[in-house]
Amino acid sequence: MDNESTYSGYSYKSSHSRSSRRQGERFLFFILCLVTNVLHSRSISDTDLFLQDDNWGETTTVVTGTSVDSISNEDLTQLSKDSGDSSALECRRYISPALGVILGFVSLITPLAFLALPQLLWRDSLDPCGTPCEGLYISLAFKLLILLISTWALFLRPPRAALPRFFVFRCLLLALVFLFVASYWLFYGVRVLEPRETDYRGIVGYAASLVDALLFIQYLALVLLEVRHLQPAFSLKVVRSTDGVSRFYNVGHLSIQRAAAWVLDQYYSDFPVYNPALLNLPKSILTKKMSAFKVYNLGEDNSTNNSTGQSRAMIAAAARRRDNSHNEYYYEEAEVERKVRKRKARLVVAVEEAFTHIKRHQQEDAVTSSPKHPREVMDPREAAQAIFAPMARAMQKYLRATRQQTYHSMESIINHLQFCITHNMTPKAFLERYLVPGPTLQYLDSNRGRQWTLVSEEPVTASLRQGHVFSLRRLDLSLIVTVTPLPFLHIAEEFIDPKSHKFVMKLQSETSV
Amino acid sequence: MSFVPGQPVTAVVERVEIQKLRQGENLILGFSIGGGIDQDPGQNPFSEDKSDKGIYVTRISPKGPADLAGLKIGDKIMQVNGWDMTMVTHDQARKKLTKKKEDVVRLLVTRKSLEDAVKHSKCSYAKH
Repeated sequence: MDNESTYSGYSYKSSHSRSSRRQGERFLFFILCLVTNVLHSRSISDTDLFLQDDNWGETTTVVTGTSVDSISNEDLTQLSKDSGDSSALECRRYISPALGVILGFVSLITPLAFLALPQLLWRDSLDPCGTPCEGLYISLAFKLLILLISTWALFLRPPRAALPRFFVFRCLLLALVFLFVASYWLFYGVRVLEPRETDYRGIVGYAASLVDALLFIQYLALVLLEVRHLQPAFSLKVVRSTDGVSRFYNVGHLSIQRAAAWVLDQYYSDFPVYNPALLNLPKSILTKKMSAFKVYNLGEDNSTNNSTGQSRAMIAAAARRRDNSHNEYYYEEAEVERKVRKRKARLVVAVEEAFTHIKRHQQEDAVTSSPKHPREVMDPREAAQAIFAPMARAMQKYLRATRQQTYHSMESIINHLQFCITHNMTPKAFLERYLVPGPTLQYLDSNRGRQWTLVSEEPVTASLRQGHVFSLRRLDLSLIVTVTPLPFLHIAEEFIDPKSHKFVMKLQSETSV
Repeated sequence: MSFVPGQPVTAVVERVEIQKLRQGENLILGFSIGGGIDQDPGQNPFSEDKSDKGIYVTRISPKGPADLAGLKIGDKIMQVNGWDMTMVTHDQARKKLTKKKEDVVRLLVTRKSLEDAVKHSKCSYAKH
């Protein structure tokens, strides 16, 4: 699924330190744009880096679009909004995969080129190199293989989130690799190609050292990108603004944008789906509160300095008026709950009964069933449609009572029924989808990307610290995230001798004789 | 009346002889006992030393045989018919007191006031 996020103006404008860093950022942006636009697509292979891990993302401070392949309506509107940056957008989209491929290819080919060039250019004058070279060849080959495999395993993953700012560690590592390979080529050109170095063993050793260093850079990348944030250090409290559902998560040392992406991953599987139809107070109570007192001015000429007194009097009167709306709320809620329970009972009974109408057709039955009354053999779809009819009405009424009717169309119910029948599920298993509001992931259609805006007062590449508050906003709801550090634990030791478990009777009985 | 392990216990005792009274099927003595080596000595209200696990008289029924014989509440019973009562469990003490074949029990009891009386008389004797 492609996620995307729009650049939020809040984080850019609200801190003053930004303006001073703007210059530096522009420069850095320029340099890094070249090397860091790496990816955004799925096919890049860099032997060392960070190519892609889960939060592989966008690298610049400008609004970003979606991935190369797909573009949806929202993106088109976004694009038309930022027409000024559209050229940069295009550039980034097509150059970044190319740059990434080039950089990866170059780092892969470099050691082989180091070995091959002397052989091609001045083969005759090279010193013969016996077994030590062969050992080095073998180790070189295996190290390159290991690099390839581990890069494929760790870094070649399609991006799942497009983050607003570039990822500092990733850019750092990319720049490191680029500088590293460039400096190796420089030295190679000056020391080997120009003077036509004849010591072939030295050249092979040089290439082997390059591969070693690449392996170490990959280790560094692994630690910085994957391992550092595994040990939990902070506890994030995530609260949904619309209905107050909250969860606590433990994360390690992450930047704010990565933490945001991680929180969203958990959001989709932990939080029950937001149902805007479930309001807090029933309408009957809300409308009653609208009535206000009317205050009349008797015999006062200047009403200006009485206005504050007037409003205060109104508020005081409204507070003193006996408010029975809590009573109505209580009864209304009890009534709704009773209705839901009744309909749920009807639904459960209807479904149980419907499931008894069909059973799995065994192969041996075909022989024993009488030819006069052949049983009709159906595939799951037809079976589902056949038993859907008796339970349709009960299901419809139940969904209406719990206000879930928008999430489940008739088609989806029949599909689910077919699925359950195919897998021999009981009626209860079929119903679990409707009785409990499931996680948001269950109701997503995977075609559209999810657009979230990260709103924060601190720069989003800063790492988490105590007291940070940032929020993730969507059109209809927002998630407020608060950061608290996990407490430092003092764990002391106490030894208990297993023989020290002794007991005495505590009795005092009195007997009369 | 404190008890030092390994040392003989010395106490000033009074001899009390109680005739058992027949009440229906049972022979009763008319008092209640508490204490014993299997009981918690800290809860004994009558002992001076709260680690004393001896058998104490906790209640006397008025006009009963024990009352008439001169047993007082809070007495510590040292012997019953020759059987030692200082190192017995509660149940063993009960059994020694309620033997069906015996009509009379001869107790050796001690109490604080006995000690004080002896000490007092010793002092007054020393004066003379």
